[in-house]
Amino acid sequence: MLLAIDWLLLLEKLVLIVIIVSVSLVIAMYETYAERKIAAFMQDRRGPNRAGPFGLLQPLADGGKLFFKEEIIPNTSNKFLFILGPCLAMMTAMMTSAVIPWGGTVAVFGRSVSLQIADINIGILFVFGVVSMGVYGIMIGGWASNNKFSLLAALRGASQMISYELAMGLSLIALLMMTGSLRLSVIVDQQMTSGVWNVVYQPLGFLIFLVCAFAECNRTPFDLPEAENELNFGYHQEYSSMKLGFYLFAEYINMFISSVIMATLYFGGYDIPFVNEAALIAKGNNWIQWIGPLVLIIKVGFFIFLFMWVRWTIPRFRYDQLMNLGWKKLIPLALLNMVLTGALVLWLKK
Amino acid sequence: MGVTQILFWVLTVLALGSALMVVTSRNPVYSVLYLILCFFAISGHYILMNAQFLAVVNIIVYAGAIMVLFLFVIMLMNLNASVEPQKNKWLKIAGAIAGGCLLLVLVAAFKDADIKTQLVQTKDGEIGLINNLGMALFKDYVVPFEISSVLFLSAMVGAVVIGKKE
Amino acid sequence: MNWIFLQVKNPITDVSSAGSYLPIAIQLIFAVLFIAAMMGLTHWLGPKRNTADKLENFASGIESHGDARQPMAIKYFLVAILFVLFDVEVIFFYPYAVNFRQLGWEGFFAVLMFVGFFLAGFFYIIKKGALNWED
Repeated sequence: MLLAIDWLLLLEKLVLIVIIVSVSLVIAMYETYAERKIAAFMQDRRGPNRAGPFGLLQPLADGGKLFFKEEIIPNTSNKFLFILGPCLAMMTAMMTSAVIPWGGTVAVFGRSVSLQIADINIGILFVFGVVSMGVYGIMIGGWASNNKFSLLAALRGASQMISYELAMGLSLIALLMMTGSLRLSVIVDQQMTSGVWNVVYQPLGFLIFLVCAFAECNRTPFDLPEAENELNFGYHQEYSSMKLGFYLFAEYINMFISSVIMATLYFGGYDIPFVNEAALIAKGNNWIQWIGPLVLIIKVGFFIFLFMWVRWTIPRFRYDQLMNLGWKKLIPLALLNMVLTGALVLWLKK
Repeated sequence: MGVTQILFWVLTVLALGSALMVVTSRNPVYSVLYLILCFFAISGHYILMNAQFLAVVNIIVYAGAIMVLFLFVIMLMNLNASVEPQKNKWLKIAGAIAGGCLLLVLVAAFKDADIKTQLVQTKDGEIGLINNLGMALFKDYVVPFEISSVLFLSAMVGAVVIGKKE
Repeated sequence: MNWIFLQVKNPITDVSSAGSYLPIAIQLIFAVLFIAAMMGLTHWLGPKRNTADKLENFASGIESHGDARQPMAIKYFLVAILFVLFDVEVIFFYPYAVNFRQLGWEGFFAVLMFVGFFLAGFFYIIKKGALNWED
């Protein structure tokens, strides 16, 4: 019967979804602020400092501005696909947060609430599935604009994303061989109980994953689809108002989510370093579960800083260099890492 | 009706509707997008049958990789709605008859098959989970697995031969 | 169908049940509604003063010649088709990685052979220059 579903649990999940999506949107907004402030710091400037104290209200002003901008849909473009493009980009960015464990189980109003929206058996593969959809936002948007710059940028972006998706998938296999599960909650649990983060066992795998994450997010040094000096503004050249906002937002949300994935897979997720959470919880200190998500956010903050640090430090690759790195270097390296890990683990087990 | 049944019907309508739109859309880019939607509906069906790994592979490989290739081809060959050739009326009728015959054969085949007694295990079957699937693939079907790699090799050679003119 | 819901395990929290995907469906619906609302809001709030010049494609100030519906380099197509092939091969490694410990050396050698074929194809496409961007 219909009523046999646990409606209370679904309601709890809905509240969790609203909170997590809102938090990731707010974080994406403040990433733009952080990016400008970090750029200013590195270039010995002040950065945004007019809207509110320290310019803290700047992202709100920027976001609000986008709502009041005129919508422009070029005459020669395909109108439906032109609108669909940014919607798809935003959609994929909003779906990835579903399988991430943001923390353990906390008590709210006497209910024990798991801080993970959906703990599914194939966890990380779900993320890959959603990421593989990310290509369409760029391709559809760039093609529908009917602008040569946009089309070139869209083709470049799509080729780049699919190329680095391969190396990303391969680099993860070595990690999954050690964990034996695709569920992100299990991967975090293993790191919590052993007290050793996966990055210790998989330094090469992490490095490959990090490079691929940069490429998947179209961040410098892999921001070829947005190369201003040759393509003007990239695949979102013809966009204005919130449609442009969606593309930019999606990029910043993707950056946030990929930081979370890296922290979860390789840096213990919501594990508090040098603290044995299980022992503390056994003594009745349940508040420790509230610290976990904060620790995760701190780790994520470090990765986001890394993204921005790299942006203002390393120049952009040429396109053939980018393709060579993805196909001819990262893929063989990831395969080697996988075979070595397999042989080593099996050999040590004897 | 249980939730599973409602979802089944919603997904079926979605899958069939989008499949029809693939065929009838004028613009080939729309056809590709409807095909992606159709794959999502089929993945939903896989999830209802608890074939979770298959569902996500269907999305990654079909919706995420092969459809990208299709889009590339459409953009590469510059297929536009305005230049799409109008098909012959007789060709359409022949197509309809051929499709109808296939449907007839399938219905006849399924009518006599004993699938009616073997109901699909919805929601809780464990066969489709990645652990069991991997065990079966690498224990019982290890030879077909190796042969598939030869197939990939030949496909690669074919792609390079076609795509790279010396 | 009723028996499914009468068992002790809750299908939404049980990872080996299809019910664990229900929250994802909710998130999907939420995302669609959110995006539709945002698009509607910006359409409603923004000014609408269209002129013919404004709606022209941008080509760095010069008049645009033709449109962007032109055939393009086959290299992109080749990358896409190779991506499809390698992606399927990579997917094969996932069920192996999950069962890696149970399968032991036997499974490892099977995968090693698969990797051998993978590399054979890989070196073939590199030798043929299928991934060279500069001719």
